[in-house]
Amino acid sequence: MADLIATSTEGRTLAEADGLSLSQTPLTPIWAIAPYRGKAGPTSEALAQAHGLPFPAPGALHEAEGARIAWSGLDQAFLLGVRPNAALADHAALTDQSDAWANLVIDGARARDVLARFVPIDLSPAACPPGSARRTLMGHMPALILHPGGDRFEILVFRSMTGTAAHDLTRAMRALSARAAL
Amino acid sequence: MRVDGRGRIDRTQPVEFRFDGKPVTGYRGDTIASALLAQGQVLMARSFKYHRPRGVLTAGSEEPNALMEVGTGAAMTPNVRATMQEIFPGLVAQSQNRVGPLDRDLLSVNDLLWPFLGAGFYYKTFMWPRSFWERLYEPIIRRAAGLGRLTPEASPERHEKAFAFCDLLVIGGGPAGLMAALTAAKGGADVILVEEAPEFGGRLLSDRQEVGAAGAATWVDGIIGDLQATGRVRLMPRTTVTGVYDDGSYGALERVARHVAPAPDLPPECFWRIRAKQAVLAAGAHERPIAFPMNDRPGIMLAGAVRTYLNRYGVAAGRNVTIFATNDAAHRTAIELQEAGVRIAAVIDSRREAVPQGDYRLIRGGQVIGSKGRRALREITYRTGERVDRLTTDCLAVSGGWNPALHLTCHLGARPVWDEEGKMFLPAPGAVPGLTPVGACNGAISTAACLREGVEAGKAALKALGLRAPRNVTVPEASDDPGRGQALWFVEGKGRAWLDFANDVTTKDVKLAAQEGFISVEHMKRYTTQGMAPDQGKSSNIAALAYLADTTGRGIPETGTTTYRPPFVPVTMGALGAFAEGAGFAPQRHTTSHAAATSRGAPMIEAGLWYRPSYLPRPGETTWRQACDREVAMVREAVGVVDVSTLGKIDIQGPDAGAFLDFLYTNMFSTLPIGRVRYGMMLREDGHVMDDGTTARLGEHHYVMTTTTAAAGQVMAHLDFVAQGLRPDLDVRAISVTENWAQFSVAGPEARRLLNGILDTPIDTVCFPFMACGAVTVHGVAARLFRISFSGEEAYEIAVPSRYGDALYRDLVARAETLGGGAYGMEALNVLRLEKGFITHAEIHGRVTAYDIGMQNMLSAKKDFIGKAAAARPGLLEPDRERLVGLKPVETDGVLTAGARLFSDGSAHVRETDQGYVTSVGPSPTLGHMIALGFLRHGPERLGERIVMVDHLRGLRTHCEVCAPVFFDPDGGRARG
Amino acid sequence: MLIPCPVCGPRDIREFTYKGHASYLDRPAEDAAPEAWNEHLHLRDNPAGPTRDLWYHGGGCTAWLVVERNTATHVIAGARLTREVRDAG
Repeated sequence: MADLIATSTEGRTLAEADGLSLSQTPLTPIWAIAPYRGKAGPTSEALAQAHGLPFPAPGALHEAEGARIAWSGLDQAFLLGVRPNAALADHAALTDQSDAWANLVIDGARARDVLARFVPIDLSPAACPPGSARRTLMGHMPALILHPGGDRFEILVFRSMTGTAAHDLTRAMRALSARAAL
Repeated sequence: MRVDGRGRIDRTQPVEFRFDGKPVTGYRGDTIASALLAQGQVLMARSFKYHRPRGVLTAGSEEPNALMEVGTGAAMTPNVRATMQEIFPGLVAQSQNRVGPLDRDLLSVNDLLWPFLGAGFYYKTFMWPRSFWERLYEPIIRRAAGLGRLTPEASPERHEKAFAFCDLLVIGGGPAGLMAALTAAKGGADVILVEEAPEFGGRLLSDRQEVGAAGAATWVDGIIGDLQATGRVRLMPRTTVTGVYDDGSYGALERVARHVAPAPDLPPECFWRIRAKQAVLAAGAHERPIAFPMNDRPGIMLAGAVRTYLNRYGVAAGRNVTIFATNDAAHRTAIELQEAGVRIAAVIDSRREAVPQGDYRLIRGGQVIGSKGRRALREITYRTGERVDRLTTDCLAVSGGWNPALHLTCHLGARPVWDEEGKMFLPAPGAVPGLTPVGACNGAISTAACLREGVEAGKAALKALGLRAPRNVTVPEASDDPGRGQALWFVEGKGRAWLDFANDVTTKDVKLAAQEGFISVEHMKRYTTQGMAPDQGKSSNIAALAYLADTTGRGIPETGTTTYRPPFVPVTMGALGAFAEGAGFAPQRHTTSHAAATSRGAPMIEAGLWYRPSYLPRPGETTWRQACDREVAMVREAVGVVDVSTLGKIDIQGPDAGAFLDFLYTNMFSTLPIGRVRYGMMLREDGHVMDDGTTARLGEHHYVMTTTTAAAGQVMAHLDFVAQGLRPDLDVRAISVTENWAQFSVAGPEARRLLNGILDTPIDTVCFPFMACGAVTVHGVAARLFRISFSGEEAYEIAVPSRYGDALYRDLVARAETLGGGAYGMEALNVLRLEKGFITHAEIHGRVTAYDIGMQNMLSAKKDFIGKAAAARPGLLEPDRERLVGLKPVETDGVLTAGARLFSDGSAHVRETDQGYVTSVGPSPTLGHMIALGFLRHGPERLGERIVMVDHLRGLRTHCEVCAPVFFDPDGGRARG
Repeated sequence: MLIPCPVCGPRDIREFTYKGHASYLDRPAEDAAPEAWNEHLHLRDNPAGPTRDLWYHGGGCTAWLVVERNTATHVIAGARLTREVRDAG
């Protein structure tokens, strides 16, 4: 009996230009955690106990021991890198989203300039400090943007739209390079 | 004529370009206009209506005359202002709106017909016969009167759009803007400073003046250094703010690379959406022409433009220049030209009390009343009192004073306010929340006033931002002379006096408009086309309304201005549509089976943003029908595989999940056993069908809902609305899992056999009956299996995490092929569902009720649900409504088309007798003829009746028999297996 | 236009979609009189001035908001989560 081979769970570099790189991270667990009514507190406690992470405030991204948790919408967070401890299911709806999102990483001094081509929110250090998570749009695509720090931005888009997102970001990177050469 | 030692062009870098096919050499830093003027090429364009010879009037973006076609082939851009286009090696520019060469335009015959071509001429002349307008008159007029040509080819240019954010946006990089930016940046604000020109400085580079202890240009260099040193200022040259929108939003067009040869990846323009907490408008002022007779000849220019050409480009606009002015400031033109060695014929000042400011001939109380020269100015006629004299001159520099460039302050609806003392319109106070006009655009014409207002505005912005004003900003010394004078809008005399050069509107036209009753400024504008050209009347609107005020005997403030709207300067469609060209038009959603399907040669069709295979052709199949018929037969006889991942999937969890679904759906879901699937229908609150699909119960508090592909986003938003807005009392969480799962339908008599080849634990119809669902493993991978059918055959949908989608699809198709089946596409899927009478959004298109589709039994009486009350209202349950039926042609080869109308046999085929319409059609290989679903008045009561389908669009008429919507296996035995 | 999302802060209008007047939240009882349902479904004021309507932050946090805005001036006075509006009665 043949095995089912997973597609491109490995990371890959999509484009490089002028100190900017665009890559796709390897697939890792992503679980949506949505606390039930009145269960935000117990969820946060369970998260702290099992994963050393709090339930994030709107806009926040936390990291601890190989796991991260990003605010991902109203009453919802994404636990990234690990499967949630089963005890969490007592307090929150847990949904596997590991295969639903492509994580594109843009890193480099002009990463913000690339994103400014598509993202209608302010990603300057003052408005989007290290440890930020933003739900917004990238062009016409829903996106979750994570900014762990430095010049690194992770753009999570729907898996089905990976091609469009990579194409758009690559085009913007090329245009910025051409501008820089003026 | 080039003047030594003047200008900011780089004389070490000659630049050759072509104008009307001939090579022209300028210098780096020149515009087309300055380079042509330097060559003595004064004639640059033909006018819009009369095809009169025209030169440049201005040196900026307000230019009405010198519009050109720039570039070649598909990349040609029409109506480019020669005053804005910097030259680069290889640039190709062409004059436009002419027949034959520029200096002998055959359409200049129009100029001889001018007495007949006044305002309203077309409306009055080409009224009848009516049919001639579209066929004859309009094409001819459009060819004769017009601007540049559009290339019919798709533009190869790839522009950018971008967002920017700042504390303070400073619009205009002249003295006021520079000081505002410096003050704010030193106080800790993040500033964006935009300037339309390639260099910052505004009039400081266009006039010879001193700021502080240095020449103005040197001072500007110092300030730019200071601005950069703050690290808080983003300098955006070659950028024009085009519009002001709500809540501190500004649109701006950056000419990124219009000044260099096109190159791959290099965006010619970028359209910025800037969000600013505060803004300072320092847009300066536009100089006023004066409407004297024959004021449009090449060589007649604005005085400020003459100084700009001298001081920025080292070009003298003439060898023997006359100045016609109403104000002291314009006298500077004479002095600066003399210093550069240019002869001044005279300064004609309309004021009797004018005082000479240098050694030139001053004619006091004079008015120019005529001009001569066929393709360039040769002579002017002027009047002093009763006396009329002539003067030989090749350039007339005109200044009627300045109009504050306040356009942006009107974009949110405010009207400018007339200042009687300054004889100018000023921005209305508080016109745009958060935007402060300063300097010339606020009526402060002198350099000293601009610098001072700039500092004050910078401080005010800091205060509004909660920041403290810096101590180390001082207002530098500069001229405090506002150079004010008399208001003189027009000079009466013999001959036409132009107001709007771009649209060929003269004072005569405005007078005619007023005589014919168009005395409102907005009516006058539309009747005469005053201000409606690409320059939007920047140099003419105020004079036109002043003339209208005079003609109607009203004052200027009573007459008022027309409405200024975005964009302030023309914006190319390419820049507005940047990133949306070609495949960028909308995100493309690809299923995990995309590569496998396209590798089999499947043509893809768009389903919303998704791409799905239309059919998967096999060798020898040349038409879609052959492939579709085979695929349908394959599913009916063996097994077919199709990707159904595009259907929306929503995970619903929580103690109240069942109650939530009961409220959303018309039928019950709280009673659904775990491990079972149920078909559900949801209505809008107005009682019409919103969507349908199956929902599976995976656990006590866990359901997964399926939506149609088309309505997936709408249904998710609806669920959020119900959960947050209508039933926040329910403890439930809903999240889309569409993207997480790759889901494939395996349908046909061999479906189970195929699946049992890959499931780690085989199934049978007892443990996995029709409408069962459950967790399974496939090759060791955790999967979900649903036994549901959209084809009428025994069918299963198997879902795996998306990463396994490609592998599973290929495996399923390969196995299906060994069983006599294979992959099928959307065409076959459509035929299969039509044969079974299953509906899609072609049927539930928003105007149909559950009753209309024969599903009124699904409206539960045991509970409330969305749409329940409205679905029961009178009118929605009438038998004569258009209700779902099946249709088959009476003749086997009869053609049915979607969208066609239905009529009773023997009735007229007109709207009044219309009985319904066809929604979906398909060729059924199973039945051997076309089949259709449609809506027919009294539909279910008319089974067996012969009716007529009429497709007026395609000229088709087909006799049909009304039948039940289920054409095949009506008792559903095949699906239950 | 900027809508002050109570969760995300001020966000560009492009992230939102509009539904209708906030009165959609006041759903009549199942057995309410036809007039009440007619009013709920079909009858709307068209004020030149303050109004309250429903916006969906679908391009952001997916919150449904009640936005108070002035149709004449475009000034947005504030936005609240629909469920909080409901909870407040």
